[in-house]
Amino acid sequence: MTWYNYSGPVPKLVTGIPGFDLIAYGGLPEGRSTLLSGTSGSAKTVFACQFLAEGVRRGEPGVFVTFEESPEAIRKNMEGFNWDIPAWEKAGQWAFVDVSPHPGQETIISGSYDLNGLLVRIENAARKVGAKRMSLDSLGGVFAQLGDTTLVRNELFRIVSALKELKVTSIITAERTEEYGQISRYGIEEFVTDNVVILRNGLEQEKRRRTIEILKFRGATHQKGEYPFTVSPNQGVVVIPLSAIELKQKSTDVRIRSGVPELDRMCGGGFFRDSIILLSGATGTGKTLVTTMFIAGGVEAGERCLLFAFEESRDQLFRNATGWGVDFEKMESAGKLKVVCEYPETGSLEDHLIAMKAVVDEFRPQRIAVDSLSALERVATIKSFREFAIGLTSYIKDKNVAGLFTATSSSLLGGTSVTETHISTITDSIILLRYVEMHGEMRRGVTVLKMRGSTHEKSIREFTIDGTGMHIGKPFRNISGILSGHFMHLPPGEIERLREMFKDDGDVTPAAVPPAVGGSETPDRSR
Amino acid sequence: MSTYLLKLYVTGQTPRSRRAIENLRRICEEELRGQYEMHVIDVLERPQLAEDEKILATPTVVKELPMPIRRIIGDLSDAEKVLLGLDLLPCQPRNDTASRKEEGVDLV
Repeated sequence: MTWYNYSGPVPKLVTGIPGFDLIAYGGLPEGRSTLLSGTSGSAKTVFACQFLAEGVRRGEPGVFVTFEESPEAIRKNMEGFNWDIPAWEKAGQWAFVDVSPHPGQETIISGSYDLNGLLVRIENAARKVGAKRMSLDSLGGVFAQLGDTTLVRNELFRIVSALKELKVTSIITAERTEEYGQISRYGIEEFVTDNVVILRNGLEQEKRRRTIEILKFRGATHQKGEYPFTVSPNQGVVVIPLSAIELKQKSTDVRIRSGVPELDRMCGGGFFRDSIILLSGATGTGKTLVTTMFIAGGVEAGERCLLFAFEESRDQLFRNATGWGVDFEKMESAGKLKVVCEYPETGSLEDHLIAMKAVVDEFRPQRIAVDSLSALERVATIKSFREFAIGLTSYIKDKNVAGLFTATSSSLLGGTSVTETHISTITDSIILLRYVEMHGEMRRGVTVLKMRGSTHEKSIREFTIDGTGMHIGKPFRNISGILSGHFMHLPPGEIERLREMFKDDGDVTPAAVPPAVGGSETPDRSR
Repeated sequence: MSTYLLKLYVTGQTPRSRRAIENLRRICEEELRGQYEMHVIDVLERPQLAEDEKILATPTVVKELPMPIRRIIGDLSDAEKVLLGLDLLPCQPRNDTASRKEEGVDLV
C-alpha cells in the first residue's frame, strides 16, 4: 500500500477478477450496485458471470438474473472458462433468475402492472442461496419485453433500491450504442448512479482493443482512465493494470555475465541481475547471436533461462545456436532452458502478455530473453505496444530477473527502432549493434549506450562472428558517424590530435570514465 | 367441462391484485360461463411457482389452455385486450386483414 492506495470510506469487496481489484483499489464498493456498461460484444456477460464465479470460489454465493440469454445458454457458454455453473447450482452456491424472453409466447398488456413478480423472485433466489453477490444482465432487456419505458424505469429503480436491503454487492449491466457517448441506453445510469464501470471494445487501425474504465465510485477511490484487458480462455477477463504497477522493485549490485566476456567488460563488469537490457540493431547485425550468448552464459552460471522467440522457429533457433557452438537441446533436456516460439499474429498483445506471464510463473527463470520485441509491434497499435512493453518489463522486474529484449531498427545504417523510442526509458541498459561500412566492406560495431547505475565504456568496438560465437575487438578509431549512419573516415593525424585534446578520455577503461557523462555524447566527441 | 385453464399471478392483496382478480372473474363469467377454470397464485406465498413460470410483471394471467399459451400483463382493466388474449375476439382482426387484402387486390 502506498499513499495513493487509500480506498476511501466505503468498504470494498474483492472481486477476484485478475487485475481489476488493483485498479479498483481493492474491489467493488461493498453492498452497493455498480453499473457495467458496454457496447455489444464488450464482454459484459463474461464479466458479470466471472464476478459470481470468483465469489463462489471465495465462498460467497451468487444470484444471476438474466434478461437476455437463457440460463442454458449461459451454462454452456461459460464452460469454456472452466466455470462449472451446474455443479455450483447443485451445491446451492449459484442460482439463476430467468427473465429471458419466452419464445413463441405472445404477451398482451391490459392495464397497469408492476415488477413485483420479478422482485419477489430475486429476493427468493437470494434467500435460497444466501447471496453475497448478484449480477443483473442486461437490464435493458426488460425495456424490450415490456413497452412502457417510464413505468419500467420507475420499477427498475425500485428493484435496484431493494437490492441494498438484500445486502448484496451487485453488478448491473447495460448496453450502450457507442464507445464514447451516452453511458447506456434507456438512461439506466440515472438510477444506478453510485458506481459506473465502462467496458470498451474499440476498433483502432483495424485492430480491436478492449479497455475497462472505472468512471466513478461514489465515496471511494479508484484508478482513473482506460486499462487494457483481454478475455482469456482459462481465466476470463484479465485486466492489465499499467499505472497501478508500483515502482517498488528492489535494486541489486549483483552482476551477471552476459555470455560474452568482452561485453561484460564494456558494461563495467556485466549486467545487473535485475535489469532490463534493450539490444537494438538492424537485421542481421547479430541480435539473435547476443541473445543466444546471453542464454548460454546464464545456463553456464547454473541459471534457468527462458527464451520467447517471435521471429524464428524452434528448428531455426536451435540450428543457429549450434552454428555458434551452443547446444540448446542439451540445455532444454537438462531443464535449464525453455524456448517458447510463437507467431505474433496468434493473438492480441494482451493475450501474449498473459500467456508470457503464465510461462514465467510456471518456469520461474532467472533470465528471460525476448527475440524480438519489435516483431510484436506489427500486431498492435503504438499505444497497445507501449502498454505491453511496460506491462512486461514491470512484471519481469518484479520477479527480480534479468531480461534481454531485442529491437530491430528499420534502416540498415544508423537510425532507431520504434521499439527503442517507446521503451528506452524503462530499460536499464541499451546496447546498440550497428553495421559499419569500411573500405568497401560491411563490418559490425557494438556500443553500450546506457548502463543505469554503472560506468561503462563509451567507444564503439568492432566485433566478429564465428563458429564459437561473438568476439569483440578494438574500437573504431578512424571512423565517425557510425550511429547516424553517415560515416566519415578520419586520417591518422587527426586521430592523434584528438587523442591529445581529450587525454583522460583516451584509452577507455571503465574506472576512468566519469559516471555522470551520458553515453550518447560519444559519437560527437570522436569527431 | 372446462376448456379454459387460466392462472392469475398476483403479489399480495394490493388494490391492483384485487382489481385484476375482479376483472378476470367478471370477463370469464360473461364470456366463458362454465367453461373455465381459474387459479389465483400469490407469488409472495409461492415464489417458486413464479420462478417456474418466469413471471416478470404482476398481475399476469397465463392462459395455459387452450393452446397457444398466452400471457396477459396488467390489472386487466382493458377488457378488449383481455378478450384478445383469451382468443375470444377471433373474427374482428381477421376480417380486417382480409378486407385490406381485397382492397390491395383491387388496386392492382
